[in-house]
Amino acid sequence: MASEIATELAEQADRALTDAADVAVLRSLEAGAWPATTWDAMAALGLNGALVSEDAGGVGLGFSDVAPLLEVLGRHAAPVPLAESIFGNALLAAASITPPEGALSFGSRNGAIPWGRHAGHVALLDGARIALYPAAALAWEGGGNIGHEARDRARIIGAPIAEAVLPNSWGAEAGLLCTALMRSAQIAGAMQAALALAVDHANTRKQFGRPIGRFQAVQQQLAVFAAETSAASVAAAAAARAVDRRGLAAAAFEIGCAKITVGEAATRGAGIAHQVFAAMGITEEHQLHHFTRRLWSWREEGGSEAFWAKRIGQEAQALSGALWPFITAREEEIIP
Amino acid sequence: MAGLRFDLRDAPDGAAALRAEVRGFLAEHAENFTPEIRARSWMGFDRDFTRAVGAKGWIGMCWPREFGGAERSFLERNIVLEEMLAAGAPVGAHWIGDRQSGPLILRLGTEDQKRHFLPRIASGEYAFCIGLSEPDSGSDLASLRTKAEKVDGGWKLNGRKIWTTFGHLCDWMIALVRTSPAPEGGARHIGLSQVLVDLRAPGVSIRPIRDLVGEKGFNEITFDDVMLPEDALVGQEGAGWAQATSELAFERSGPDRYLSSHPLLEAAMTTLQQDGAAAPALGRQVARLWALRNMSVAVAGMLEDGQDPVRQAALVKDLGNDFEQALPNVVRDLIATEDMPEDMRRMHAYLTQIVPTFSLRGGTREIMRGIIARELGLR
Repeated sequence: MASEIATELAEQADRALTDAADVAVLRSLEAGAWPATTWDAMAALGLNGALVSEDAGGVGLGFSDVAPLLEVLGRHAAPVPLAESIFGNALLAAASITPPEGALSFGSRNGAIPWGRHAGHVALLDGARIALYPAAALAWEGGGNIGHEARDRARIIGAPIAEAVLPNSWGAEAGLLCTALMRSAQIAGAMQAALALAVDHANTRKQFGRPIGRFQAVQQQLAVFAAETSAASVAAAAAARAVDRRGLAAAAFEIGCAKITVGEAATRGAGIAHQVFAAMGITEEHQLHHFTRRLWSWREEGGSEAFWAKRIGQEAQALSGALWPFITAREEEIIP
Repeated sequence: MAGLRFDLRDAPDGAAALRAEVRGFLAEHAENFTPEIRARSWMGFDRDFTRAVGAKGWIGMCWPREFGGAERSFLERNIVLEEMLAAGAPVGAHWIGDRQSGPLILRLGTEDQKRHFLPRIASGEYAFCIGLSEPDSGSDLASLRTKAEKVDGGWKLNGRKIWTTFGHLCDWMIALVRTSPAPEGGARHIGLSQVLVDLRAPGVSIRPIRDLVGEKGFNEITFDDVMLPEDALVGQEGAGWAQATSELAFERSGPDRYLSSHPLLEAAMTTLQQDGAAAPALGRQVARLWALRNMSVAVAGMLEDGQDPVRQAALVKDLGNDFEQALPNVVRDLIATEDMPEDMRRMHAYLTQIVPTFSLRGGTREIMRGIIARELGLR
């Protein structure tokens, strides 16, 4: 369960984003602008070092504490790399590299880096090797996901500030696992936002002389959406708890299960949201697509449902018919 | 939407040891669990097994010791339930008494009722069933017509209950009946009460109804001038509707709402161990099982804290039913039924026919989604 401080931070971020990341900001992002004021408002929260220990100059929170904050970022479709900064700094600190000031992103050396061209620093990962580059040492080939969030490829043109190897407890898949965990919680948040919009619309849009939400056919669909939204949130929180208990690399099973769950939930939820809004929700003018296009994008990042399903399935097959003991023991065994 | 919020719950202290103890017990009985028994899950009825579970202190295990309980926590009880279902143990003879009837008597019963019934449920002596549905009252339960009239020395019961699981094998029923007419133009749920009915009393006739698998699982039970003693009333006269609906969080959130097909999933895992092409579909089932379990345990935690998570329970039941109901079809996409090992094929055949009941029993899918929709402010 999230601590009190975590709830408080999530609420602070919620208030800041309500002011600094409204629909106008999201629209300007579609045109390719960097929302500097949104980033400044987020930076002012002082959360970049949320997962970095206090000894290393951070806030010293756990992954479970950060999950509600990530949901808030998803709920606002926050168009800035705060999640990337928090997790990137955690990766650097784990490799004993001093986290830099300002916007940070991370990703695979050969992959698309979220918000890469806007970040002051980037941590590039090659297996368990991690290297911190200043913006000046990288040249970018700009790109984006279908949510119009910057996803850029880096060419290295200068020297890193520092290089190191992540400890085994973080492992060679640390970048993938961090991304999967971030996007899982953000999906839960974006689903909450899309659900609230859809419910509000169902209660106000009238057809046949009454709000469409009075029709059982619509109610039943929105109930499914709500159930999937709760499932997504529980999955993300349970994965975060597993990282706190076992360490990142040893929580790959829970992170994978969460990413499958939220991916399936996102597909179902986004589909229902658009069905409820009908043609209106498809317009550029309406805000729904800021959430649904991100939901579809985030399914792909940090491993799709198909990617994780194959892996989790293989892991389960290797248990020789002892699936249930495996699942229960993960929650209950004593971890030194 | 606070009613749709779930807070994760950690395992209670001693969870692993308790789980190991239950597994050891189940291993001793496992040779009796045929594929049909395992496929039946909590619809398997075996008095001997139930008495053995009772002797371990695992029926009514949260109840006070003075009433035959073991004063364990709700989360510990949840561990026992999970293990029983995962193994496909025939828990039907005590499932309802442990889950609903006992807790109701404990909460609202008189001292005498508690002293009489609870130790006998906990030992496995008394099997309970629930009398809700009637021939003309299903989802619209408040329209029920079975009537208990106040007479000298007690109540006179007339009417009919239907779809009563194991009614023909049980000893007692807690029935929801009308004890006074609904107020003119008022809410129909006023004037209902819950009564204890001895199923061997004169005037009770039980007609088993053969189901589509060819078995006598549920029943039509007719009451023809059945005399009930005064202390047959459970709780408050006229408050039966509120009493019955307050049990729903207990009834709907448990592992019995997502583990009903679990032995088939384990069989599929074993049979398809070497089948690389099956991995993605199996992985999705594992992920769903994992997520549902986290949600169900979260609700158990809320019950432990004395909350009434009736909406969360409806939500878990709806998602869980979808999962357990879809499983036989998922599995037959991965391996043709004729290629399944004999045991697995028998479980699969039974479950294929019976999974439609999963989203009917304990409240239909449509009712569950209606409860969620109400929480969303849509109705």
